[in-house]
Amino acid sequence: MARSPVAVILGGAVALAVAALILGPLAAVLWHAGGAGWPSPSDWSAVRFTVWQAVLSAVLSGALAIPVARALARRRFLGRGVMILALGAPFILPVVAAIAGLLALFGRNGVLNSALAAFGLPGIEIFGLHGVLLAHVFFNLPLAVRLLLEGWRAIPAERFRLAAQLDMPPGAVFRLIEWPMLRQRMPGVLAVVFAICLSSFAVVLILGGGPAATTIELAIYQAFSFDFDLGRAATLAVLQLIMVTVAALLALRLARTDGMGAGLDRPMAIWTDRPGLRVQDAAVLILTALFIAAPMVLLVIQGLPALVQMPAVVWSAALTSLAVALASTGIAVLAGLALALPRRGLYDSIAMMTLAASPLVLGTGLFLLIRPFAFPGNHILAITAVVNAAAALPFVLRSLAPDLHATEDGFGRLADSLDLRGWARLRWLILPRLRRPLGFAAGLAAALSMGDLGVIALFPPPDTATLPLQIYRLMGAYRMEAAAAASLLLVALSFGLFAVFDRIGRHADT
Amino acid sequence: MKHLITATGLVLATQAVAETPVLNVYTYDSFATEWGPGPAIEEGFEAQCGCDLKWVTAGDGAALLSRLRLEGEGTEADVVLGLDTNLTAAARDTGLFAPQTVSADYALPIAWSDDTFVPFDWGYFAFVGNAEDPKPANFRALADSDRRVVIQDPRSSTPGLGLLLWIKAAYGDEAPQVWADLKDNIVTVTPGWSEAYGMFLDGEADLVLSYTTSPAYHVIAEEDASKVALPFDEGHYLQVEVAGAVAGSDQPELAQAFLAYLASDAAQSVIPTTNWMYPAVTPEGGLPDGFTDLVTPAKSLLVPEGDVPAMRDAALEEWRAALSQ
Amino acid sequence: MLTLEALTLRQGDFTLHADWTLAPGARLALIGPSGAGKSTVLASIAGFLDPEAGRILWEGRDLRGTPPGKRPVAMLFQDGNLFPHLTVARNVGLGIRPDLKLTAADRDRVSAALTRVGLAGMEDRMPGSLSGGQQSRVALARVLVMDRPLLLLDEPFAALGPALRAEMLELVSALCDDTGATLVMVSHAPEDAQRITGLTCVVADGQAAPPVDTAAVFADPPQVLRDYLG
Repeated sequence: MARSPVAVILGGAVALAVAALILGPLAAVLWHAGGAGWPSPSDWSAVRFTVWQAVLSAVLSGALAIPVARALARRRFLGRGVMILALGAPFILPVVAAIAGLLALFGRNGVLNSALAAFGLPGIEIFGLHGVLLAHVFFNLPLAVRLLLEGWRAIPAERFRLAAQLDMPPGAVFRLIEWPMLRQRMPGVLAVVFAICLSSFAVVLILGGGPAATTIELAIYQAFSFDFDLGRAATLAVLQLIMVTVAALLALRLARTDGMGAGLDRPMAIWTDRPGLRVQDAAVLILTALFIAAPMVLLVIQGLPALVQMPAVVWSAALTSLAVALASTGIAVLAGLALALPRRGLYDSIAMMTLAASPLVLGTGLFLLIRPFAFPGNHILAITAVVNAAAALPFVLRSLAPDLHATEDGFGRLADSLDLRGWARLRWLILPRLRRPLGFAAGLAAALSMGDLGVIALFPPPDTATLPLQIYRLMGAYRMEAAAAASLLLVALSFGLFAVFDRIGRHADT
Repeated sequence: MKHLITATGLVLATQAVAETPVLNVYTYDSFATEWGPGPAIEEGFEAQCGCDLKWVTAGDGAALLSRLRLEGEGTEADVVLGLDTNLTAAARDTGLFAPQTVSADYALPIAWSDDTFVPFDWGYFAFVGNAEDPKPANFRALADSDRRVVIQDPRSSTPGLGLLLWIKAAYGDEAPQVWADLKDNIVTVTPGWSEAYGMFLDGEADLVLSYTTSPAYHVIAEEDASKVALPFDEGHYLQVEVAGAVAGSDQPELAQAFLAYLASDAAQSVIPTTNWMYPAVTPEGGLPDGFTDLVTPAKSLLVPEGDVPAMRDAALEEWRAALSQ
Repeated sequence: MLTLEALTLRQGDFTLHADWTLAPGARLALIGPSGAGKSTVLASIAGFLDPEAGRILWEGRDLRGTPPGKRPVAMLFQDGNLFPHLTVARNVGLGIRPDLKLTAADRDRVSAALTRVGLAGMEDRMPGSLSGGQQSRVALARVLVMDRPLLLLDEPFAALGPALRAEMLELVSALCDDTGATLVMVSHAPEDAQRITGLTCVVADGQAAPPVDTAAVFADPPQVLRDYLG
């Protein structure tokens, strides 16, 4: 299939469709506006803040990931596998739930401040730039750790053996063996986190503390909803698209083996050790585990009591969300496969664009495009599934690419010499070899779609809802406890979907 | 055979639907949800109109107006329900609305005469807090206190914009100073009402920007009297929510009938305990219990709709400047 | 008949020339120092490398433009000759139909081929559960069912011990007897060449020399071969 004309054409068609999905709505908004608008001074300050917080978030996540990944790479302990698995959790945690969890930990009435108060210590404040950074580190530190962990695993064990044989002190091991790896990998990690944080919206607004913490997406919102200046909204959306795409391309180019980190279960051998190192690693791992797990545990404690008396609409919304997530997963995985198979940089880059699409402009543009033919509200679930799938594409593609390359490198010639082409090559070579990353990617796509409010908030259908929309509706109707319980259900379903798909990938047919 | 019967039934049903006139009512999301007034109003109106009322929803009032502007003359809306007095000027400017003919005995704090829009509920913006806590009596006292406040962003939220105009209407040129003084009380600025109110309930803040009617929810739905609105002696900013008929509607009579129904007792008696606002017309049975002992401001503040666009742009700049320091 | 006609192969800075023919049913060993281009010759015949100049002909037909899978060639690589996720029977079956839509007759052929290489009854095993020698036999069974007139071996048995390697080469030799296939194999070890191939091509100094009789060339090796053999 790879390099075959059919694959190239199919991949090209999907790439074209993705580009059309992102750029078409933007063009529609521009056309409706009658041209681009020029951003206001406050828009520019929003652009500056967006970039600034993304830079800080990337640097912090990257720097903190070094000791964590290092400790994880060289220690065997009970629960290591569980911890690596749990590191994937924040990434697929719905934003609304994550913020609630972080507030339960770091908020004024949170566990941490209660503990500080019990010791007569002054409390800490989560709102402000540091709160935004804290949340972004919560989301992205685990991702950075997993990416760096791969780097550590890629260092040949012989080098550490040699270092042990020469009795190198830990400092020298770091400088001579680990640092060169970090220098190779870190730019890619930083660019990935930077790109993700550029398009962060709710986290920045809720924890930012005031109008100084305004992102481009809110500037778009203002231009669109407050000033009804579509031209300016479109210009800002283009700006966001360019910035995120450039960052993503940079990430793509810099990240050497750029997998999402499926299956990192084996610890590396370690021969150089010191008691001090052991203490340091233990402290780092315990703190990280607490930081990642505590908000989620608190979420469970908060939501559990109301879980029993949840309104029936929550359950039906959960079913709707499941259906949307499954459809979205199917689309994302098929499209991701079609984009990955031809192994062309251009197709990769186009998929990265979806990371940067402004939901508001995307939704509005889709509305303008669909409106002449149909009523968007009537098809909102289908539209949501497609848009969610597009949003998951970059991650699906990153999950599939490394194993696809490895398969083609390892078995491509043999398959060629056996005349294994087209469907047969896909059926008998690629799909079986990609089962694990396909399961992982499907789990990721399903969880991300499950947790994302997405475009449905722009055209909320009166007679149905996805679970995230239902949560907002419960909150809007003063039913905060039911909303907390529904959030817990959302988290459980997101993780459940991920776990099921990931398991299918790991265990099918072996 | 069974399939044939089913198919015939479907065809007949479809025809029956096709013959029933459809009234498209655009509204904001929370109005049409199962907890909002939507279901009861739909049922009540359909019982008398021989029509099919269809809700079409947008995120909030501002999004509703944006939707209407995007659709322009081609809109399928027959009625737009849920704009407020801060949006009516812009809505009127679109030229998309038809004159209204409803007359009712409005129980609004201001005299209402508007040839385009029918008010259906109203409320005052207010800070809501816990009954046992200190209660600053105005913005200056609030600024001097150590009370932690969570407010909403005026660019993305109706109460947020309401607060902007509230302070501007109460303090005029001194508004920037008031904002500057309030800065250290403001914990954070959320994109919407829900996030702010949720944070207040979780104890992240002492006070939240909401409505004088918010405590009624806790009294009626939760039998909890611990939440109170703080009366401010500068007066409170008024929000009146309105509906209007669309000029290009293919169901003009139905649209007018719906506006009349909206002002009728059947609809108005539903509003308080579903939209948690004051009904525009006092229901025959009076207000529900939780509504009767709410804070009633000494003074109502409202910027005339024609002045809103210019004033909100200036106020927004002042707000941004003061809080971005 | 295989003809390399004024052939020039290029990979980066490296070039290699060859200009000779090989009679049908002949068995040829390519021998020479590492990096001299032995595998490059095989890659070009198999269709993985397009000639810079000259032609590769089979039965007088130019193979240029024919993709690897459509050439009259069965090839075994240094490693990775089996798909680890497919059963033994399917790995062999790929040699009959790449889409694995096998008829009962096809499946009988697979079993017969497995029996021929000494793996009767191993149809449903996975490659990972077989020894190195058994894996090689599976690959040879596939070569058998592919029934291509030209067999190319790029040191597929290099990882096996000397005794096992000898055994495999005997098997290859027997299979070629069965099918009448022409054999071209890369070899590092002179004894391998001496064991089964009648002809030897010395690859060195940018030239793949015309094939000569194996016994003769080892009786009186040219200088390049002498340097290589040490």
